[in-house]
This record gives sequence, structure tokens and C-alpha cells, in this order.
Amino acid sequence: MTCCAVGIATASELGPNATGPSMEELQLASHRIADGTYQTDLSVPGIHCGGCIQAIETALMRLDNVERARVNLSTKRVSVRWHGRTPPPIIATLERLGYEAHLFEAAAKAHDDTLSELIRGMAIAGFAAMNIMLLSVSVWSGADAATRDLFHWVSALIALPALAFSGRIFFRSAWSALRHGRTNMDVPIVIGVSLAYALSLYETINHGAHAYFDASVSLLFFLLIGRTLDHVMRERARTAVMGLARMAPLGAMVVREDGGHEYLPLAEIEPGMKVLVAAGERIPADGCVRRGTTELDCALVTGESDPQTVAAGNMVRAGTLNLTQPITIEVTAAANQSFLAEMIRLMEAAEGGRARYRRIADRASALYAPLVHLTAFLTFLGWMAVSGDWHQSVTIAIAVLIITCPCALGLAVPIVQVVAARRLFENGIMVKDGSAMERLAEIDTVVFDKTGTLTLGRPRLINAEEINRKAFAIAASMADHSRHPISQALREIAAKHHLSPIPLTSVEESPGCGLEAKAGDVVYRLGRANWATAGISSSVGTLLSRNGEEIATFKFEDVLRRDAEVAVAELKDAGLAVEMLSGDRRDAVQSVGDKLAIARADAEALPSEKATRLAELTAAGHKALMVGDGLNDAPALAMAHVAMAPAAAADIGRNAADFVFLRESLTAVPFALDVSKKSGALIRQNFAIAIAYNAVAVPIAVAGYVTPLVAAVAMSLSSLIVIGNAMRLRGRPMREAKHTGKAKSRAPLRANALVEG
Amino acid sequence: MTNLILLIPAALFLGGLGLAAFLWALKSGQYEDLDGAAERILFDQPADDQSPHKESRDHARK
Repeated sequence: MTCCAVGIATASELGPNATGPSMEELQLASHRIADGTYQTDLSVPGIHCGGCIQAIETALMRLDNVERARVNLSTKRVSVRWHGRTPPPIIATLERLGYEAHLFEAAAKAHDDTLSELIRGMAIAGFAAMNIMLLSVSVWSGADAATRDLFHWVSALIALPALAFSGRIFFRSAWSALRHGRTNMDVPIVIGVSLAYALSLYETINHGAHAYFDASVSLLFFLLIGRTLDHVMRERARTAVMGLARMAPLGAMVVREDGGHEYLPLAEIEPGMKVLVAAGERIPADGCVRRGTTELDCALVTGESDPQTVAAGNMVRAGTLNLTQPITIEVTAAANQSFLAEMIRLMEAAEGGRARYRRIADRASALYAPLVHLTAFLTFLGWMAVSGDWHQSVTIAIAVLIITCPCALGLAVPIVQVVAARRLFENGIMVKDGSAMERLAEIDTVVFDKTGTLTLGRPRLINAEEINRKAFAIAASMADHSRHPISQALREIAAKHHLSPIPLTSVEESPGCGLEAKAGDVVYRLGRANWATAGISSSVGTLLSRNGEEIATFKFEDVLRRDAEVAVAELKDAGLAVEMLSGDRRDAVQSVGDKLAIARADAEALPSEKATRLAELTAAGHKALMVGDGLNDAPALAMAHVAMAPAAAADIGRNAADFVFLRESLTAVPFALDVSKKSGALIRQNFAIAIAYNAVAVPIAVAGYVTPLVAAVAMSLSSLIVIGNAMRLRGRPMREAKHTGKAKSRAPLRANALVEG
Repeated sequence: MTNLILLIPAALFLGGLGLAAFLWALKSGQYEDLDGAAERILFDQPADDQSPHKESRDHARK
């Protein structure tokens, strides 16, 4: 059970502002299964062991109206089936048990058809390959002619449905490539496999000695293993990213004309509606404040690190977080015309650079396929010229195609990327697809966003030692009543200093100013200097005053993300240019830039300007990695050669990024770069191995010495060497991760078993 | 030769049985949560309730 405690600690660490979705939002996120029966899927990152499963399932099953509660430990999700009008208190129950739960992207739960198709294809190809191989072994060990013919016929009968079913994936992809006038890795595979089958069938009908049924089926089997592993790895990363909390709300509480309240989905929010936004919720749509004064955390939207005070009449943007007081806003733009929608439009315009990128495997096969086919054709011509026997010439030419069929080449890239992706996964970095690693290995420039990326966008107290303990305790007790980031920072640090709380009779929060508390006839004020001292002091920073007299000053600073200095220094050592692009004020950007020794730091950049800067870099021939988290970074993320985002990023930022890192340390960036570079090197080695193999095998095939036995041995051997080489990428976890890297010890074993089987 | 005619179909049938079992297991969602399945085997009572006897089991628990 000890592991559960760890899980809870990290979960609460991750989301200081998390309140969980409201009941109305939960209702909206549930989908109907049958009449009156609904299913709700929640992501619960704190699930760690069997104890958690039992605790959650038992507690949820005890609730009224719950029909079924099922925990999925692999994906860390809970699916609850319930009936009735309103959802049962699922979130509250989980919270009581110590688990934080949140909604995730609705699109993610669709069943993964590609994976089942791949696994089914792999199972059938494996079954066929094993049976045909068994029959082939007896043919190779010298079965008499009649038995050999019988075995060939049986093999042909097994191979045909297997090729038709498992080969579909390759046939489809090869066909779509050819139709568009391109060629990819699947084209030589399909040609090799089909010709091998056709030749073998011809040989079988004519009582020939050599048939390549085993080669064609086991080739598909090997390739399907590579593809399936590749898909599983990417799916795991994608599931983990989808499991992160949604940032955008699903709906909003609309205040009707008659004063009644109604929760409506975001799509039905229209301009002119009045919407109530509670403290701790995000603003659902662009609007104008009608009632209430509050502070907004805009870090995720504009990159500004300091909270903004808004009052009636001010405009607010969708996506900003309401920190302190409930407000009522009048919507001015529908959700699909809001700031968020504009970002999505900019992103769509930006995409294209990445789509033009061609995978290494496709580039290699564009060179490889014509070469192989030409060799086979020349072999045919040569043997025709020498012997004049067309049957023998065709046989040898097809043997060349079979032996050069890119089994090792087809595995060379995916297997390395599978191993690399798992290494990254174990270190909390999710890769969306293999091409991202190829692109990351090419970069020469790294562009960082500031708020939320280089920094955590959270203030931290820097002068804790100078403050008198009594004053500190008063401030901490006051801070207990507020959600303001500064209060949270105070609370956090007070917990570390073990301060005992001071009894206060009343605490009131004035947005934009601070907190006022009464203890007997003493009035304490904690907040902006000139407010706390009623205009006497004008120093910057946060003050604690007693009846208007200053008793302590708290200095805060935006915290740098853990290991930010190390990460930036490592990137510079690797010879990369490092830049900063922020939407924040110039002085805040400058101070972070100085601390991290980043020479080029652009401040007050608009989202479109960020994207323009990335476009400039591309135009100048640079390949840039963009690391950012905010809504305002999304167009730049889409524009960059490759993009990375932290787990706390805005939803669309996470979707636009190729890599998402879940841990706090920024060393994830150099680590991902390092793994990508190493895997790039291994891929090139694997190509070299495949080419060396061909250099040996092709002359033998051209000379006409290849039998099915030689082909089977040569192909399996080259595949195993390529896989073995890829496994060298497995290494120690990244430094920062030493103490946390316990969990995934079983996963490597499973993957190996699949490869060897 | 005659025993081959018997043995090969027998071998293929048994192999096919294994394949069918795998495909069935895949289809019925037994590979959806491998980590969870490894833990659930240790539970005394199945926490998951797919049987219609939820009431009686809850009763028994008390």
C-alpha cells in the first residue's frame, strides 16, 4: 500500500489549482449507453496498485445508482456506469479516498481499430509462419518428392489466406503510395512477397523442388511485429497525454433572463448570454465583466506571469483562470469565434512544414526499391543471355527479390524508435510518433516560451530567512483563505517551516489589493504595499501590515522550472542556439534571460509574432525546436520543425506538440534530444547492417545459389541483428529520474517476448 | 504417408484452436488492462460486478 501514498503526493503536487470538474460538467461528459443509463470515463492519475483498484471500485459501487465501476490500471482510468437523472458523486468519492480525478479529451476513448487489426494480422501471420516453417523443415531435411509436393500444397493453402489477411495492411499502404506516384517501404515488400508466392505456386504445380512460402509469410510476420510494437508504443504515449486534465471547460453556467441558472455545453453559448464563472474555473468564452471584481491568471493564454485584476467593464479572454472571486460575464463572442478559435486557425495556417518532412524509411526505400528491382531485372536479362532458359532466369531473378526483400530494412527504423520511445516514456516523456524523433535529431535552434516552460508561472518566496516567525505565521494563516498564487506560495513555504496557525476572526479578500484579516481589534493587511499601509509605503512587493504599520515584506519571484539552468547549458554545449519568445513584460523576460544566459529574448510577443519568428528561422534555413505551453504558443508549436510541451500546457498546445513531458524537470529537453540523436545513429547503423547483408547476399542470389533454406536463414539472421542493435539504446534512466524510475520494470520483458516469439 | 494425412490436419486444427482462442481473448477485451489483470488475481472477491447478484453480494459482505 505504500505506493498509493506516493501517488497521492504527486497528484496533489501536479495540480495546485485543481478543483475537479463540476457536477454539470460531469453530466455533459457522460455518454448514454441505453435509456437512462450513462457511462462516465475519468482519468485518475493516482491509481498505482491493486489496493487502489479495490478501494476505488468498492467505494464507487456503494454509491446509489452506480451499476458498474471498473478501474483500468494500465491507462489509469475509471469507467462508471450509472442510471438516473444526475451523476452520482463520483468525483467527491474519489477525492475522499485521496484520488484526484479529471475529465479527458472525449475523442480519446474511441476504440483503437488499427491496433486490433495489427494484432490480428500478426497472430494469423505468426500461426501461418510457424506451421509453414514446420513443413519446410521436413522438406529441407530431405522429404521424398511426393511428400514434398504434398507439403508444398499444404503450405500454399495456409499461406494464401494469411497473405490476404495479414498482408492487407501492406497492400493498402503500397497501393496508396503508388497511386500518388510515390514509393514507400511497403512497395518492395509487397512486390517481393507477391512474386515469391506466385513463383512458389508455379513451382508447386510443376512439382518443383523450391518453394518460398515460408519466406513470404515469415517476412510479413516479422514486419508486423515491428509495426505492432511501434503502434503500441505510440498509443501508450498518446493515451498518457490524453489522460492529462482538460484545461478548457466543457460548458458554462448560464444565468437566464429570469435569474435561473442553466449549465450549457460550450457550443451552445452565444454572444449576449450572461455566464457565471466561479473562483477556480476557467473563462469559457471571450466576454466582458458585468459583475464582480477578481484576479485572472493569464499565464496559459498570454504568457503574463502576474495575475491581472479585472472589474466590471473589463474584457476577459477565454481560457484564463479565475483566481479569487466569482464573476458574471457577458459573452461577446461565441466559442467558435473566440481567442481559442483564432489560435486554432493560426495553427492550421502554420502546419505544412512538418507535413513536408519525409520519413527516413521512406527516403531510404525511394533509393532502395529501384536499385533492387533493377538488380533483379538485370539478373533476369543476364541469365537469359547466358542460358536462354526463361524458367531458370525468372526463378533466379525472383530469388534475388526475395533475398533483398527489406525485412531488416523494414525493421531497421521502427524497432529503434520503439526502444527509444520506451526509454523516453520511462522518463516521463511522451512521443507522439516516430518521425518526431527523426526531426528532433536535426535541430540547430531551441526556442523556449518563458511562463510555464522555463518558469513554472508560480511565485516563490525568496527572503524567507529575513522574516520574523510571528509575522510569517500571521501571513500564512491569512493566506489559507485565498486561492491567489501568492497565498498559495506562502502556504506552501509555511507548511515547510511548521508554523502554528494564528486564530483570526474574519478574512476578506479585495481583488487586486490583498487580504484583510481581523484578530480581536487588530487589523492585518497582506498585499500590495500602498494598500496595506494605506498609502504610506510605496515599495514594490507584498507587505504585511498591522493596523497600517508595516511588519514584514515578502519578496517573490517566478520560480524557474527545475534544472532549467542545467538544461539550457546542456543545449548550448550541444552547439544549439537558444532563444526565448515570451508574451510577458520585458523586465520579467529580461531577468529570466539573464539568469539562464539566453542572449536573444523577445518579450511581449503576440501569438502570431511567435509563429512569425519560427517561420523566419525556417526561412533562414534553421530547424527549430519550440518548447511552449500556452494557448499563445500553439501557432508557434505548429510552425516549428518539432515541438515539445509540458504536461500542464493548454489542450491545443499539447495536441500540437510532438513531445509532452510529464515531469517538472526541464532536463527532459536535452534528454529527448540525446535519445533522438542516439536513435538516429542506430538507425543509420541498422541501414549499414542491412546494406552489408545485401552486399553478401545479392551476389549469392545473382549467381543462382539461393535455396529457400538459405533465404530463411539469411532473412531471420539479418532481422535478429537489427533488433539486437536497436536494444543497445536501452540504458540508465535520466539523472533526475533516478528516485522515481521504479515502475516499468515489467514492460521491457513483455516487449522482448514479443520480438523473440 | 497415410499417417501424414491424419497428422497434418490434426496439427493444423490444434494450432487453429490456439489462434481462435487468442483472437477471442483479444476481441473480448482481455488485453485492455494487462497491469490491472495481474493485480486483480490477488483479490479475494471480484470487485468488478458483472453478475446481476450485486445486492446479494453486498449483503454477504455486511
